[in-house]
Amino acid sequence: MDSRDIVVTVNGIRHEATVKTRVTLADFLRHQLELTGTHLGCEHGVCGACTVLVDGRTARSCLMLAVQAHGHEIRTVEGIAPNAKELHPLQTAFQKHHGLQCGFCTPGMLTTLIEFLHDNPDPTEAEVRIAISGNLCRCTGYQGIVDAALDAAKTMRNST
Amino acid sequence: MKAAPFQYHDPTSIDEAIDLLGKLENAKVLAGGQSLMAMLNMRYAQPDHVVDINRIADLSYIREANGALVIGAMTRQRDLEFSDLVRRTCPILHEAIQHVGHRQTRNRGTVGGSLCHLDPSAELAAMAALHNATLTVAGPKGSRELAFKEFALGFMTPALEVDEILTAIRIEFWPKGHGYGFLEFARRHGDFAVASAGALITLDAKGLIDRASLVIGGVGSVPTRVESAEQILLGTQPTQAVFEEAARACKSIEALDDIHAPASYRLHLAETLARRALAKALLSLRSDGEQ
Repeated sequence: MDSRDIVVTVNGIRHEATVKTRVTLADFLRHQLELTGTHLGCEHGVCGACTVLVDGRTARSCLMLAVQAHGHEIRTVEGIAPNAKELHPLQTAFQKHHGLQCGFCTPGMLTTLIEFLHDNPDPTEAEVRIAISGNLCRCTGYQGIVDAALDAAKTMRNST
Repeated sequence: MKAAPFQYHDPTSIDEAIDLLGKLENAKVLAGGQSLMAMLNMRYAQPDHVVDINRIADLSYIREANGALVIGAMTRQRDLEFSDLVRRTCPILHEAIQHVGHRQTRNRGTVGGSLCHLDPSAELAAMAALHNATLTVAGPKGSRELAFKEFALGFMTPALEVDEILTAIRIEFWPKGHGYGFLEFARRHGDFAVASAGALITLDAKGLIDRASLVIGGVGSVPTRVESAEQILLGTQPTQAVFEEAARACKSIEALDDIHAPASYRLHLAETLARRALAKALLSLRSDGEQ
């Protein structure tokens, strides 16, 4: 089967790998790099669970081929916390506001909100809801997630 | 939910891509992948070859040239959304782009990809129809230009040969301060629109409509300019009654009938959204004038 050698940086670590060209970025991250924090819900770009950051911009990793990540920098949910002991302010806020229950949508919510809060550090509730409109959550009813995003935005504004 | 095996190609020039497309059997062009990748994963599409055009330089730009907006086919939808040039010169495009999927899909999704996929409810296709944009297509014999009306042959069918690629789209500016309004109805934000309407108007010195463009998306098999409605508008005072009459003309569209909405409902939406889009266009004209 058609395959290629790629070099990709994931959460700051450079990886050289051989990938089958039909493999999605999501499957490459999960199966080859064993970074199973990125979740696959629908595998056709609707649920948002597999969202990762590609060169700082969010993308659905089920709608990208691993071979297309060659030469690019990927950040997954595993690369969000500053170190092994501390959580990212968004993660802390999710914990505090019950922004998750089963946790399936969480990696996509976090990566989506990281880009969003970077571009819009002081959002309104309505803006937060639009920002996460491409991420499905079946547990929380979104309220806890919205509260967490607004609270994290405040924390992040104060810390800079 | 995995793509069937295919041979992957990533040309670095347009000529190389065209050459590959001419030689390969059953090949698909991969642009932003926000529709094709889903189709591959679900095996709706099973090409033997995928020609990825993401590594071709010079296909991503937004420029102003001779009173028109020129956009490279591989320009990401997000770049359009955040372009000051677009916001200033073509505000309806700025508004419509925010309805295209979600931030994550706009980051990857391209202008050319959307136009070539030609989903009847695609906002970018509706904008191309509204402005009757000019499309530049490159093939083995060089480049050719065609109007969107000639490009959109039918349901998800662009007028492209197998060895041709869309390289750019040109949208003529409307006069500064023109009225514009875009609206769509979707089940949830970012979903495919069941119907959409876009309107552009200008008034002459006497306050009569001297130019009008009205497009309905998601209703016909391709986004449709409703010329009969435009004719009703021309030369009239922009009143609610005229807008209602023009909106009624949208019911002449041959409407799609599927699981998402019956034809009668789509036509009902087309009429309502057209009326509101025209009212919104008038409002934007007035609020502009007050500044």
